[in-house]
This record gives sequence, C-alpha cells and structure tokens, in this order.
Amino acid sequence: MSSIDTEATISYEEVLESFDPVMGLEVHVELGTNTKMFCGCATEFGAEPNTQVCPVCLGLPGALPVVNEKAVESAIRIGLALNCEIAQWCRFARKNYFYPDMPKNFQTSQYDEPIAFEGYLDVDLDDGSTYRVEIERAHMEEDTGKSLHVGGSTGRIHGATHSLVDYNRAGIPLIEIVTKPLRGAGERAPEIARAYVATLRDLLKALDVSDVKMEQGSMRCDVNLSLMPKGSTTLGTRTETKNVNSLRSVERAVRYEMCRHGAILQAGGSILQETRHWHEDTGVTTSGRPKSDADDYRYFPEPDLVPVAPPQERVEELRATLPEPPAQRRKRLQSDWGFSDLEMRDVLNAGLVDLIGSTVEAGATPAGARKWWSGEIARRANTDGAVDVATYAVERGITPAHVVELEGLVKGGRLNDSMARQVWEGVLDGEGTPTAVADARGLELVQDDGALEAAVDTVIAANPEVAQKVRDGKVQAAGALIGQVMKEMKGQADAGKAREIILAKLTG
Amino acid sequence: MAELTRDDVAHLAGLARIDLSDAELDKMVGELGIILESVAVVQQAPIEGVEPMSHPMPIVNVTRPDVVRPSLAADAVLAGAPAADQQRFSVPRILDED
Ligand SMILES: [Zn+2]
Repeated sequence: MSSIDTEATISYEEVLESFDPVMGLEVHVELGTNTKMFCGCATEFGAEPNTQVCPVCLGLPGALPVVNEKAVESAIRIGLALNCEIAQWCRFARKNYFYPDMPKNFQTSQYDEPIAFEGYLDVDLDDGSTYRVEIERAHMEEDTGKSLHVGGSTGRIHGATHSLVDYNRAGIPLIEIVTKPLRGAGERAPEIARAYVATLRDLLKALDVSDVKMEQGSMRCDVNLSLMPKGSTTLGTRTETKNVNSLRSVERAVRYEMCRHGAILQAGGSILQETRHWHEDTGVTTSGRPKSDADDYRYFPEPDLVPVAPPQERVEELRATLPEPPAQRRKRLQSDWGFSDLEMRDVLNAGLVDLIGSTVEAGATPAGARKWWSGEIARRANTDGAVDVATYAVERGITPAHVVELEGLVKGGRLNDSMARQVWEGVLDGEGTPTAVADARGLELVQDDGALEAAVDTVIAANPEVAQKVRDGKVQAAGALIGQVMKEMKGQADAGKAREIILAKLTG
Repeated sequence: MAELTRDDVAHLAGLARIDLSDAELDKMVGELGIILESVAVVQQAPIEGVEPMSHPMPIVNVTRPDVVRPSLAADAVLAGAPAADQQRFSVPRILDED
C-alpha cells in the first residue's frame, strides 16, 4: 500500500462552513436468481473459476440471449417497492466498451428506457427525522467478470503485470438503482448516505430478491459527490467513488470526499471529474481513471432481445406480492409489543424480530419473548460463533413453544425468576423441555406457607437490627431479609410471597 | 460523413487489441472506407416520421424460466484464450495502457 499518496483535506467543520454537499448514490444489486440474466448458467457464489459460463455469457459469435423471466419480475417488484412508475414498454441497450471484464465488448444494460423510474425511498435517521431520497431510475443489466490482478503485491491494479479473468459473474442479473442528486443534506450527508443504503438493503432483503451481502459484493455502492459554495445554485464538478462495500464505508467515503473536495476548492483549485477508488483499510480515496471520450459508450438498442412490455395486470399481481416495508413493520411491531426505542434497537441489532414475532404468536408475552431470546442464549450463540440467535436456536431444536412453556411455569407459580433461568439453561444444554428440566432438576417453588413463615421467623430472629429498621418504616431494608429467607429456603420460594409475610410480621 | 483516417483505424485496432502491421493498416483504411461508404447509402432513406426499429419482429416479452442449464466445461471455455492461468483468462494489465 505504499503507492498511495495522501491528498490534502480540510476538517469537516470547515467544509460545512463554506459548502453544501450534493450526493448521488448508485447501488448495484445482484439478484438472487438461479440463473444469469440472458442464459441458463448457474449463479452460485464461490464456484471454481470459469465453470459457470456458456457461449451466451462469453459473447461467442452466434449465441442468442434470452431474458430471465424471474429477473424481470424482481426488477418490477423492486421498482414498485421504491414507489416507481413501471415502464409499459422498454428495451435493453448495448453499452459498448473495450475492457476484458466483459468478453462481449459490450454490457447489456438499459439506457434511456429503464424498467422503473421516478420513485422515492423514505429513510429514517438517528434523530427520528425522515429524509426522502428521490429515485431517478432502476434498470436491468448484467454483472461483469471478476479480474484478479497479478504481479503486484496487493492484488490491486497498480503494479500488476497482467490480469486473470473469471467470467462466472459475467451475466449475473443486476439492478442498478440511481438516486436523483440529493441536495440540502448538509452535515447529515454521510449519515443519509449510510441510512439510505441500509434502508435499501433491508427493503431488498424483505423483497427476497437478493442476499444483499455487501461483503460478498452482491450489493455495491458508488458515491457521486460534489460541493456547491454556500449560496450558489450551480452544481460543482463531481467525482464518482466506486465500489464502496460496507455501510460504514459509505458514510466514511462521503465524508472523506467532502473534506478532499473542500481542500481543493478552498485553495482555489478545481475538481477533476474522475473515478475514485475507495480504500477500506486507510479510509481514503485515490484517483482512478479520468472521464474521457472513452466514456462514449455508443449505446444502441440491443437487437438480439425483444422489448419488455409488462402487462398492467401482471404489474398489479406483482404489486400484491410486496411485503410490508421493513421500516413500517418495525414501527408497527414496536408499538404492538410496547418496546422502548432502546429495546427495539437491541432486538433489531440482534436479529430477533422474527423470532420474537413467532414466539408472541405462539402465546408468550412480548416482554417474555424478548427476555428469553436475549440474555443467555444470545451469549451462548455468540460464544459458539453462530450467525445469529435464530440459527443457533434452530440448530439446537429450541423453539418458541419452549419460551411459551417456560413463561407458563413462571405464571403458574411453579418457578420463580431465578429458577426459570436455571431451567432455561437446562433447555439450552439440551436437557429437554422446560417442564422436563424443572422435573429433572427438582425445581419447584415451595408452596407450603408454613415452611416459609418458619423461615421468615428464623431470619427475623437472626437479624434483629435489620428487622427494627423495617419496623421503623424503612421498608427497603426488607430486601436484605428477603435475600436471607430465599437462602434459608434454598432458593425454592416465591420472593414476592416472602416479602408479603415479612412486611405483615413487622409492620402489620 | 467525415473520411475515415489511418489514425482512426489505428485507434480502433488498439481498442480492439488487434495488432495490425503498417501494410495492414493501409489496407484496412481503404476497405473500411468502402464499407462505410456502402452502408452510408441507408442515410439517404426517407425516415421522416418513421420510428427507429430495433427489432424486425413486432413481438415483446420473450423470456425463459429461471432454470439452470449446463454450462461449458472450463477447458472448453479456455480453449480459445490466447493465454490462461489458474483456470482464468490471462490478459495484459489494463491500466496505464492505451
Ligand atoms: Zn452463460
């Protein structure tokens, strides 16, 4: 990484004093179809190089592409979910360029007739406000091959002597979602960029059209950024930072480019319109290739493919398959479950929403579902390196019904809270259902009030000073006595009942 | 229409990675010129009020189901490659070249 020269930047505060950022975000999503956009080759991630290619995706002479029906449907569903208009008639176009990642020497894309256009996505920000991101278009295209640059030290293009190309990815269906220039974001620009990509990711996941794994490249973001001097309405020259592949990087890349542009403009320089490369490790962008006449892609309608003209009824059928938008669903569930913002955020971060949902449906209280699926099981899942709690639970045969049963044992008065915790640990250890664990471990509250009263008497006699405090009206001192009683009862007592008896004896 | 120059052909050959000798360049300037001239005849067609056609047949929505079909074997894929390494197409490095 020695070849990267660090460019001048100014502080974020300085940028905001003099400039307003304008952003445009382009997100590429690989669809989760079984086959490629125009041929029947498989799309499995991580296959041996060049084993998922055929004459069509290699662009061999005479090969005839045919559109993947599922990919078109996914594109329409994405467009609808983004509140877009769906084209009644549109075509594919050839984007001509010479670059070895596309063996055909053109990429089949859409040009001035995107399948979806003019939409928006509302994005919730941390401060509780909402920012509306206007969507310019969502169009269908195909992914390119993957190049491995060899001869250099880091696998990067600089210093490489040659490149090795694998075409397994070439032809995988992509949807490119392009925003309109986002103005007025001000200091929130980096946060908005991140929140937009996160919201879009959640939406695509809910649509079940892509696995949206940024780290595997199935969702990639290009960040266009320019600065306008405050008070100006003329757009500045923009740079396009390519392949920003994590939510955190989206935020950092916007911020970095703002500070870099700011330094150049403040020194009286001008921005070079170019592609920039984002470096996740160092948190900077470096110059890629300048925009030039090589960007004349000579688009023309693809003669090997016929137009796509989705009938209105079909579009409406697809609209009916749209899931409740994730942000809306979250709000509804939070209100249904009565969770605080903090509780809901924890539940979301832990990926527990669906599990809690099915547990509540099975008859548990939301608070109980949240309590038992967080805590101990989350700790164990984490220790065992499980992907998430839900996967961990399924692997161990632990179901929502177990939580319902455990809660029932507490409500029915058989277990107190600390016993329930022991029982749950037994369940997680694979000892069986909550009832079976409670039976096997002999866990059961003593229902005999006589034994409890005797224990209270013993404890009061042994702690005369504490007892006196309670008699004098310091009710909170009773806590110490309750602890003693529970100890005396070897934990098998109802703490609430113990408290009642203590107070009755000392203050009643 | 502007005349095709020898520089144009050299530039195109470079983009397409076709190695042309000086003699071949001279020959191609002439041949491509004739092709362009011949095709240019269509520019005289009266197209006022005629929609551009991108496909000869008035059909739409030709699709295929999302079902996997066999791909080629990797050695068949690479058979036409000038160079291959690690089961991949080996190509000259791309940047800093024109
Ligand atoms: Zn193929």
